Amino acid sequence: MGAFQIGVFLLVAVSAFGVVRTRDPLAQSVAVSFYGLVLALLFFLHQAPDVALSQIVVGAVALPLMILLALSRIHSQDAERKEDRK
Amino acid sequence: MRTALLAIGCAGLLALFLWGMTGLPPFGSYPGPYGDLLNSFAASERKATDVVSAVNFDYRAFDTLGEEFILFVSVAGAALLLRKIDEEKKDSKEDSESEDREPGRAPPPTSDATRAFGVALVGLTVVFGLYMISHGQTTPGGGFQGGVILATAPLSVYLSADARTFQRIAPRGLVEGAESLAAAAYVLFGLAAVVLGGEFLRNVTPLGEEEKMGSSGNIFWLNLAVGIEVASGFVLLRSVFIEETLQRRLREESK
Repeated sequence: MGAFQIGVFLLVAVSAFGVVRTRDPLAQSVAVSFYGLVLALLFFLHQAPDVALSQIVVGAVALPLMILLALSRIHSQDAERKEDRK
Repeated sequence: MRTALLAIGCAGLLALFLWGMTGLPPFGSYPGPYGDLLNSFAASERKATDVVSAVNFDYRAFDTLGEEFILFVSVAGAALLLRKIDEEKKDSKEDSESEDREPGRAPPPTSDATRAFGVALVGLTVVFGLYMISHGQTTPGGGFQGGVILATAPLSVYLSADARTFQRIAPRGLVEGAESLAAAAYVLFGLAAVVLGGEFLRNVTPLGEEEKMGSSGNIFWLNLAVGIEVASGFVLLRSVFIEETLQRRLREESK
């Protein structure tokens, strides 16, 4: 395993830690997107370009997008509930 | 105290992990015969230079059928769950005719940077997505990856243009129809082989020339079906989520 691969391995570990440590869901969706990209890079370095592409579209695009959409949905419902209480 | 316990645990895990890593076979070693066999005859037998696609859409196409329907069912489930909330809200809105936000408080307008970047991205993502879907058999990628890329084009439109343009390029009925038809097409390809006297999902289309677009028979056509299914599935999922905002933007624009 080359030095570059070990470096990316460590980067995956650090960014995974970062995702877990992030408390705000909005910031977390960005962090998980970055983590997805780093993981894709790791797959690519281990000669799995097909898996890397799937990882990019699922981990770095689709998953954060779904989190963001769900968050916006929750926020708009929260806002409505507050209006109702008034 | 808790941190100290955690540190001891982590140190132990690290030691065991590193110990386990030393016993791993070297990178790239492969014991089984199956992958080597496929590597040696997928190109000549199926005209596919990307053996991963050949496995996914030919030799193990039945597994991919399951994967495709996982997505189909999830999109249908999300649409079903969120639609119910929509209907309830629509009723209450018709009663009171009131908006669910303060009057005179408009959302901030889209910035010029977002507009310009979004418009520039639309063409790129459409071309790249179509390339990815149509060249699954020759290079890494395929219907799943290309479909998601293709689905980001309407998102760019939604973010950079007005809601009516989004509605025009991705009308709900068309997207729903495309998703269902593409999902059905996969099964129909499989059944076509049965009708012609082969096994389910055996190759039924001409294999064509190696490294050319449209080669590898079923692998190309199934990638196309999956690409359309995934793209419209994601667009549908997104429009279900943003339905409310979309309707509000449409009302505002028509004023």
